[in-house]
Amino acid sequence: MSMRSHLGRVKGLGSAREGTSHWWSMRVSSVALVPLTLWFVFSVASMAGASHAEFVAWVQNPVVAGLLILFILVGLKHSREGLQVVFEDYLHADSVKIPVMMLSSGAHMVAAVVCVLSVLMILFKG
Amino acid sequence: MSRSQRPLSPHLQVYRPQITSALSILFRIAGVATSLGIFLMVWWLVAGATGAEYYNTFSEILGSAIGRLVLFGWTLALVYHLCNGVRHLFWDAGKGLALESIQPTAIMVIVSSVALTLGLWILAYSTGGL
Repeated sequence: MSMRSHLGRVKGLGSAREGTSHWWSMRVSSVALVPLTLWFVFSVASMAGASHAEFVAWVQNPVVAGLLILFILVGLKHSREGLQVVFEDYLHADSVKIPVMMLSSGAHMVAAVVCVLSVLMILFKG
Repeated sequence: MSRSQRPLSPHLQVYRPQITSALSILFRIAGVATSLGIFLMVWWLVAGATGAEYYNTFSEILGSAIGRLVLFGWTLALVYHLCNGVRHLFWDAGKGLALESIQPTAIMVIVSSVALTLGLWILAYSTGGL
């Protein structure tokens, strides 16, 4: 007979593993994304049709570059975690679900690195 | 007890579609569509970092009729997911869950999504670029 409490045995196991932290992580990122998304869509809409020079000048503002990087990182984190829930709900076979989730996570990481590097390149090189 | 004899939760198909259930599934569809649209943002930033010539090509592609349609769809999906996401945050705080507030907030979400999307596109057109 185990000397451990019921709570001690289930912590870190089964459905008690990480559901809460995933749920909480999505709430935090969604709260952050409310102002970030509003800033992003209004900025981009008012930049419609801008020339490359105007676009570069916009990104080279440190506040813009900083907010862009934050929007990219928080947005992609929210997207990766949100899609994970969709895959978990509709893909039932592990042989499909696990590769799809790995591919999705990988694509999000590539997108994050490429976007951040692009912003930094524009910021420092123009 | 075999699995088949367990009580089943009601099947989705027996319900008449309602505004609440429609907005619920649309929230998820819009979230997935927004995720797919991130590709456009990656492309946009890469084009900007590549140089003026490629940036112009990118602008022409997105400025075409199909490009604008895709961009409009992405705006609507993103804005709807944002508006209904705020509604979800209120629910998570335990507010607005009563039946009498579910319906009005659903209509508020629809109206604000359409208004915000149109507002953004009017802004985009009025800056002269599009």
